[in-house]
Amino acid sequence: MTTASSADHPTRRDFLFVATGAAAAVGGAATLWPFVSQMNPDASTIAAGAPIEVDLAPIAEGQDIKVFWRGKPIYISHRTKKQIEEVRKVPVSSLPDPQPDQARVKDGHDQWLVVIGICTHLGCIPIAHEGNYDGFFCPCHGSQYDASGRIRQGPAPANLPVPPYQFVSDSKIQIG
Amino acid sequence: MSGPSTYQPTNPALKWIERRLPIIGLVHSSFVAYPTPRNLNYWWTFGAILSMMLGLQILTGVILAMHYTPHADLAFRSVESIVRDVNYGWLLRNMHASGASMFFLAVYVHMFRGLYYGSYKEPREILWILGVIIYLLMMATGFMGYVLPWGQMSFWGATVITNLFSAIPYFGESIVTLLWGGYSVGNPTLNRFFSLHYLLPFVIAGVVVLHIWALHVAGQNNPAGVEAKTEKDTVPFTPYATIKDAFGISCFMLFFAWFIFYMPNYLGDADNYIPANPGVTPAHIVPEWYYLPFYAILRSIPNKLAGVIAMFSAILVLLFLPWLDTAKTRSSKYRPLAKQFFWVFVVVCVLLGYLGAQPPEGIYVIAGRILTGCYFAYFLILLPLLSRIEKPRPIPNSIAEDVLAKTGGKAAPMVPTVIMLAVAGALFATSVQNARAEGHEEAPPSQKWSFAGPFGKFDRGALQRGLKVYKEVCSACHSLSYVAFRNLGEPGGPGFSPAQVAAFAAEYTIKDGPNDQGDMFDRPGRPADYFPSPFPNEQAARAANGGAAPPDLSLIAKARSYERGFPTFIFDFFTQFQEQGPNYVNALLEGFEKKPADITIPKGSYYNKYYPGHVIKMPKPLADGLVTFDDGSPATVAQYAKDVTTFLAWTAEPHMEARKRLGLQVFVFLILFTGLMYFTKKKVWAAAH
Repeated sequence: MTTASSADHPTRRDFLFVATGAAAAVGGAATLWPFVSQMNPDASTIAAGAPIEVDLAPIAEGQDIKVFWRGKPIYISHRTKKQIEEVRKVPVSSLPDPQPDQARVKDGHDQWLVVIGICTHLGCIPIAHEGNYDGFFCPCHGSQYDASGRIRQGPAPANLPVPPYQFVSDSKIQIG
Repeated sequence: MSGPSTYQPTNPALKWIERRLPIIGLVHSSFVAYPTPRNLNYWWTFGAILSMMLGLQILTGVILAMHYTPHADLAFRSVESIVRDVNYGWLLRNMHASGASMFFLAVYVHMFRGLYYGSYKEPREILWILGVIIYLLMMATGFMGYVLPWGQMSFWGATVITNLFSAIPYFGESIVTLLWGGYSVGNPTLNRFFSLHYLLPFVIAGVVVLHIWALHVAGQNNPAGVEAKTEKDTVPFTPYATIKDAFGISCFMLFFAWFIFYMPNYLGDADNYIPANPGVTPAHIVPEWYYLPFYAILRSIPNKLAGVIAMFSAILVLLFLPWLDTAKTRSSKYRPLAKQFFWVFVVVCVLLGYLGAQPPEGIYVIAGRILTGCYFAYFLILLPLLSRIEKPRPIPNSIAEDVLAKTGGKAAPMVPTVIMLAVAGALFATSVQNARAEGHEEAPPSQKWSFAGPFGKFDRGALQRGLKVYKEVCSACHSLSYVAFRNLGEPGGPGFSPAQVAAFAAEYTIKDGPNDQGDMFDRPGRPADYFPSPFPNEQAARAANGGAAPPDLSLIAKARSYERGFPTFIFDFFTQFQEQGPNYVNALLEGFEKKPADITIPKGSYYNKYYPGHVIKMPKPLADGLVTFDDGSPATVAQYAKDVTTFLAWTAEPHMEARKRLGLQVFVFLILFTGLMYFTKKKVWAAAH
């Protein structure tokens, strides 16, 4: 009793069942999409994540500030000559995540380091000007970064990422 | 759910599970092998439709809760941001809001079906009582859900309904304070309603499990009202009932989708697009349509406590139905008198619903009292009496016999009765409407809007001109605080390019801060900013405008409406007419006419033909030549009014075009799918006949 008789027009019956089943599957899948898509950032969140401008003029040499972009802390450090020399002296091949300092700053603006201040280990915020490398120290699990934001010691696997930014003028950057 | 399972899995993994937790066997015995009467008609698919609606309401509700903020100051705005900003938020909200109505519609069909076919009679009393409990829980859930958007109707609905409990002698006031969590409806009330609105659907789901359990113990009733005796009387649930239910569901989805995509505000109240204001009660306060019959009963009793008791009794009387109607014959098919009175009762309920929406005055009160009497008389006098005096027609010996009898010519003796009753009801309703129409204010004339109808789109030129009118005229007093500059560049809007949006935003000055020194500062606007308000707060707006704060215009095209009356509002459902708001706004802007001699206008107020009461604090805002258009459109008041109204229709629903476009796709799919389901159902059932 559970299946219809297949004596007459078996192929037409099968086609009908397959077509209905396929339509149900397509409809179901299409219906799912809005329920998944709604989890993505909404329009106001995306609009609020537009690029921001930061004035660098008030930041003295050796100082750093923390600004927020897209809810992430961005460290902007005005590095001293000594810090720059130190990070450039290190042989790149000896680093866990080899990257020269020059690749992490903008040409002609060597004193400015702009990094996303989120430890690449598990997302804590490292403290600036701490640790053995005159850079950043993450209090959660002891990762240490140098003044170029490169991982030097501890469990973090990668350097602090550099956000997209450019210099609008000598003393102003646009992040994003 | 119907005894030990005969399900024998062959797959070793399934065997392993089945020995430890016979869950597949349970599903198999309840939803596959379960014998279902072979003569069930489509009224029986509403059980499946209700299960689907409950699931859908829970799913969309859980999602809306991810974006909603249950706080008195933020709730209204968060609902707007769901509709405007969340991906498909408008769709999910429409599904949930219309879904509540569809849920109640389906439950009413389900209940009336039970009533007609005597599905509450022995041995299904507990099944019926569980159903009444589910219905009560649904009413509580629906009421609390309606409070959450925190509009005017939400707030005043909450106030009125919670005040019902103040009718209780001695403890009334304390109970109401307890419900509110304050001295009036406020933030604590909203918070607890949100919590309970989230909880109760799961309680409903639990009682639904009991309901289905009881159903599967007693077995389903059927149109013949005789119990299934032999295997000939039944078919297995799967595929027969499953496919029939699925076809019923897809038909219901078509109806549901009409509301979601084309008439999302048809069943709602325009006042709920005005944020809650504890200082002003809407002139005409009504609950959602599904409570209207009970609301009519409440209002028809002149005593507060008695009215509340009558209202609750109207529902609680259903619990006693199995013992009020003691007739041995279940189905009204074989009860000539009960059948007639059943339809009279349906008409009584519909008319009570109609009266619940009318102002409590004059003929409505009298009609309400008569119908309230009829409502209770049906249960308390008529059904017990009929059980004793009615002589039922002979019932078939078995379901199989009923099915065979049906294949011979089937007369539909009740059709004339139904038509007669419907005509009588319509006539009554029309006469009532006419009685009321006298002395009614003139309705705004219907304009031709490019955005009306299923394929309606906004006229980009009109949106841009309307924006200019808003910016140069309206924005002097009216805010537009739910609209961000970025919206101007979004699809379906005025069609600004990103550069145009940025340039437009930069013309505004936005207060931001505090900065590092702790000071607020001014900066040029950015696309993410919202249109700034002309006044720093409501008090300032009030003080600068002779005591009447100019309303925010973002939602004005949805927050204003007028009565369409019977039967126009029924035609509106089919023609998709929903432009009351734009018609009103347009008429208001053009309605500053010379005042009739018999009206006196106080100083600082003005005459407007279409403003309720005709006395408006806003001076005539538009004059010919006030705004110059670049595209050569005439600089007339009529043009300004039309353009700015189009613009405000867009600000009220920026995703209207997306809604109608997706609606078309969904309809094409659903019609095809329902057609396929129809033929599949026919093919499957061919084997059963």
